[in-house]
Amino acid sequence: MMTVFGIALPVLAGQLLIGLFNGAFYALLSLGLAIIFGLLRIINFAHGALYMLGAFVAFLLGEWLGLPFWLLLVVAPLVVAAFAAVIERGLLTHLQGLDPLYGLLLTFGVALIVEGLAQYQFGVAGQNFSAPAALSGASNLGFMIMPHYRAFVIVVSLIVCLATWALIERTKLGALLRAATENRPLVEAFGVNVPLLLTATYAFGAFLAAFAGVMAAPVFQVSPLMGSNIVIVVFAVVVIGGMGSIGGAIVSGFLLGLAEGLTKVIYPEASNIVVFVIMAIVLFFRPSGLFGKTV
Amino acid sequence: MSITDNTDFADRGAGRSIDWKMPVAIAVLLGLMVVAPFVAYPIFVMKLLCFALFASAFNMLLGYTGLLSFGHATFFGGAAYATAHAAKVWGLEPLTAILFGTICAAAMGAAMGIVAIRRQGIYFAMTTLALSQMAYFLFLRAPFTHAEDGIQNVPRGRLLGMIDLGETMAMYGLVCAVFLVGMAVIWRIVHSPFGQVLKAIRENEARAISLGYRVDRYKLGAFVMSAALTGLAGSTKALVFQIATLNDVAWHMSGEVILMTLLGGVGTVLGPIVGAGVIVAIQNMFATTGFPVSVIMGAIFVICVMLFRKGIVGTLGQYLRQTRRDPGAKE
Repeated sequence: MMTVFGIALPVLAGQLLIGLFNGAFYALLSLGLAIIFGLLRIINFAHGALYMLGAFVAFLLGEWLGLPFWLLLVVAPLVVAAFAAVIERGLLTHLQGLDPLYGLLLTFGVALIVEGLAQYQFGVAGQNFSAPAALSGASNLGFMIMPHYRAFVIVVSLIVCLATWALIERTKLGALLRAATENRPLVEAFGVNVPLLLTATYAFGAFLAAFAGVMAAPVFQVSPLMGSNIVIVVFAVVVIGGMGSIGGAIVSGFLLGLAEGLTKVIYPEASNIVVFVIMAIVLFFRPSGLFGKTV
Repeated sequence: MSITDNTDFADRGAGRSIDWKMPVAIAVLLGLMVVAPFVAYPIFVMKLLCFALFASAFNMLLGYTGLLSFGHATFFGGAAYATAHAAKVWGLEPLTAILFGTICAAAMGAAMGIVAIRRQGIYFAMTTLALSQMAYFLFLRAPFTHAEDGIQNVPRGRLLGMIDLGETMAMYGLVCAVFLVGMAVIWRIVHSPFGQVLKAIRENEARAISLGYRVDRYKLGAFVMSAALTGLAGSTKALVFQIATLNDVAWHMSGEVILMTLLGGVGTVLGPIVGAGVIVAIQNMFATTGFPVSVIMGAIFVICVMLFRKGIVGTLGQYLRQTRRDPGAKE
């Protein structure tokens, strides 16, 4: 059997694949956080709750209406995005001009409410949600077994991330967004409806989170606590990548997933904390983050 | 508008006019502490005092230095573990065990602070949250914490080898003493030249730097002191409840103490005490109903942030000042 650094290649490749798979979720979530932060200057603590909500909405719609997975992948995030738009319009928009910490605290409160209600309704135990038959199964690549669903998630996440990047960096709408980030009053003076832009941005970030949640549903169990566990890791990812850049959020999401996978092979005990350790190291040597511009 | 908008009130109560307000507040507080164990369950009052000290220590950082830590559960729960271990496994005398827990919390504060103070504002909050999550996993894995079971049946022991703390009123006396000492230390720190520099950093960090203050050192100092005092509260709580568990190091606990401080009034001396009282009472009320407390907590968070940013004490103080300035405003 082939080995790399004394580790069997199939084991290494398998863990790296899982790392990439987790990284796909980190990337989608940190991308949404970065977009929201960019325009609204708010750290969205509710991001994990929105991710969980995406999984639950998909689960419930699947149970009640029997919608197919492909449709749920779009419908459930849209439902969550609508919910997020209400939160932005009803609550967050009133915090404009206040210390950004208030946004963090408000979204923390929202997360507590959403998660508490989900827990009240469904209990802590996870619900099962199965992947479509077309994506079950696995193929043998010779050096490793590749489960189809994992490959699907990695590819789709990559496409969505790149499309989002292109949308923001290469289109007129994206240019407006970036302009509003730089100088809001000026963009408003040009007749752009900035409040609408803010709502749409928050809803879009929520859409990405819920989209990740739906994709996570078949693999991780659908549980009320699934969001709060991942959101803290994603915060660390965002601190490592630096909030300034969209590309940085995507790249560091995937990289840290890989680092986690690699740690599982080399020193499994540390796999839970490796992202935090990397964060501490990065902060020590590059306080503004790997891709950040300002301190 | 910064998160510590109560400065006006807090400073006025302290600096220029140490008038009738301070002694009266202290007298009322002492009176309440004497009466409380006969009116309410002593164990409930002790819990309240521990959390009041915890919130006050946290407020020292948020209210007077402007740093929002999302990781204070690590110091609270970590100190509880240290004290429980020292009292149960090593058989240390209770006061020594509490001191040991406090020192451990200070050490953890130094470790976390060195990394976290490298970023400001919102990043500081996220960094402390991530680091405390890391600490959570370490506590989960460490052999001495007994993972999900926690350290149970911690002996309260005999204070200085003489007074049996198994007696509820003896324990209550110790908790009151710890609370008063802790509050006195916080008061002293906040109103020292050191505390003035902290406030300067909060108001305008760039200016404090340009005035020649080594801002990072002051911030780290404040962080370590806040961690130590938090540890003092956590250690005492471990002896009161005779248990140290993962609950105390989880991020929910960090959220709770933020809520207590916010609800009571950030940057006021009495605010955290009032906030802790309200939150602990609410938790007790809902503990038996089966309705998730976190929903209530979340709702209070939202209400505080949306409508009530000065908190109970801050709003009350503002009202009092207004009515004094303009006696007709009452109607």
